Amino acid sequence: MGRFAVPLAIVGAWWAASASGLVKSYQLASPRDVVRELADLAVSGVLWRDLGASTERVALGFAIALVLALVLGSLVGGSRVAERALDPTLQAIRAVPSLAWVPLILLWLGIGETAKITLVAIGAFFPIYVALHSGIRGVDRKLVEVGTIFGLSRFALIARVLVPATLPQLLVGARIGLTQAWLFLVAAELLAASSGLGFLLTDGQQTSRTDEILVAILLFAACGKLSESGMRWLERRLVGWTDTVPA
Amino acid sequence: MSTATRRAGGPDAARIRDLRKAFGRHVVFDGIDLDVARGERVAILGASGCGKSTLLRCIAGLERADAGTIATSGEIGLVFQEPRLFPWLDVRRNVAFPARSDAERGRVDDVLALVGLANAAGRLPKQLSGGMAQRAALARALVRDPALLLLDEPFAALDALRRIELRAAVREILEFTKASAILVTHDVDDALALADRVLVLAGSPACIAFEGTVGEGASRAAILDALGVHAARRVAVAR
Repeated sequence: MGRFAVPLAIVGAWWAASASGLVKSYQLASPRDVVRELADLAVSGVLWRDLGASTERVALGFAIALVLALVLGSLVGGSRVAERALDPTLQAIRAVPSLAWVPLILLWLGIGETAKITLVAIGAFFPIYVALHSGIRGVDRKLVEVGTIFGLSRFALIARVLVPATLPQLLVGARIGLTQAWLFLVAAELLAASSGLGFLLTDGQQTSRTDEILVAILLFAACGKLSESGMRWLERRLVGWTDTVPA
Repeated sequence: MSTATRRAGGPDAARIRDLRKAFGRHVVFDGIDLDVARGERVAILGASGCGKSTLLRCIAGLERADAGTIATSGEIGLVFQEPRLFPWLDVRRNVAFPARSDAERGRVDDVLALVGLANAAGRLPKQLSGGMAQRAALARALVRDPALLLLDEPFAALDALRRIELRAAVREILEFTKASAILVTHDVDDALALADRVLVLAGSPACIAFEGTVGEGASRAAILDALGVHAARRVAVAR
């Protein structure tokens, strides 16, 4: 009960404010209007189209970011030479507020899917890369020594010691990366899109439909929460052995 | 300066000649000779930082000596001061980690029983007490049936009771497996309880300052004297 009290109170206050006429419907749609709009969008199929388009962009962008981060993170984490060569540049790129890339990406890639997926990938890449890099650097040297004592080959040492030891950090990075991916998706879709949850937002704004805007916001919240929960489930399944206070 | 050579074979479990190790300009030890016969248990005593752990790490192959020779025959097992279990593997998988053949995998249950962990095989390291974790580490070192067991302060992280318990367990295991052992410790009681022969490492660079057989030359007083613990002896004499 405790965890639902505050959300219920907010919905109650929201309902009271719009039912009493205190807030006009063009400023804030009532909860009933929002639910009706959600149902209409679901029945007409627009909801599924937009949800599908956004999910696809996040999935593709995140997948690209994950692959790139795995390659570059392992390289930089595993080799001092690669670290010296690549890490300063990557850190410099990371220091740029990522939305500052938007104009350049739009100029280079146009306003199509490629641009949106690229932006999502940029957002998701850095948390994963940083986590993997520091994860590999932070592997307990004493455990590596145990592998050395038993004469493990370089490959076996990576597969049996380094990968499992790095996995907890990598999963945390991936969870943050996925959250970032949704964040950057909104930015990408607000700029230019003819489908997706971000499009629903701009469409609602242009037609002064606060119910549509609120539906989009609620869907973003649901998607973000769902992917966060999914990643946490994965963490519990894969790295439940860590001896830390559960986050 | 020649690099230390390493070869297998020979009648002894370990034969070390004129070993020298330096970190930069600091010479840790020099001119170390040590023979360990098959089935013999040797304790190396010394103050903290005297180089006894470094000597053991050289024998284990974790450090390269700068000069001298190390010859060992057969498999080497090493137990560190900390258990160093892999936190993502349960006890059974940790113990099975070094196994390379079905024969060695078949030994896992036997060594688990030997160290008294048969009922804890499914536990994760985070669910083990310090003593149990060190037993698991001991079992892991035994899986390949080593001819020579290297023990680097294996009881140092345990409380007094666990220490006595595990010391007795190690003694039984060594008698059962007939493995040779080199025990590095700063505790005279550990050395007297487990070893046939005691060496004291002292000086800078360190060399073997004392050597004696337990029950003959290697009495507690003689060992303490070699360690430079004069105060304790004087008090004892004054009494």
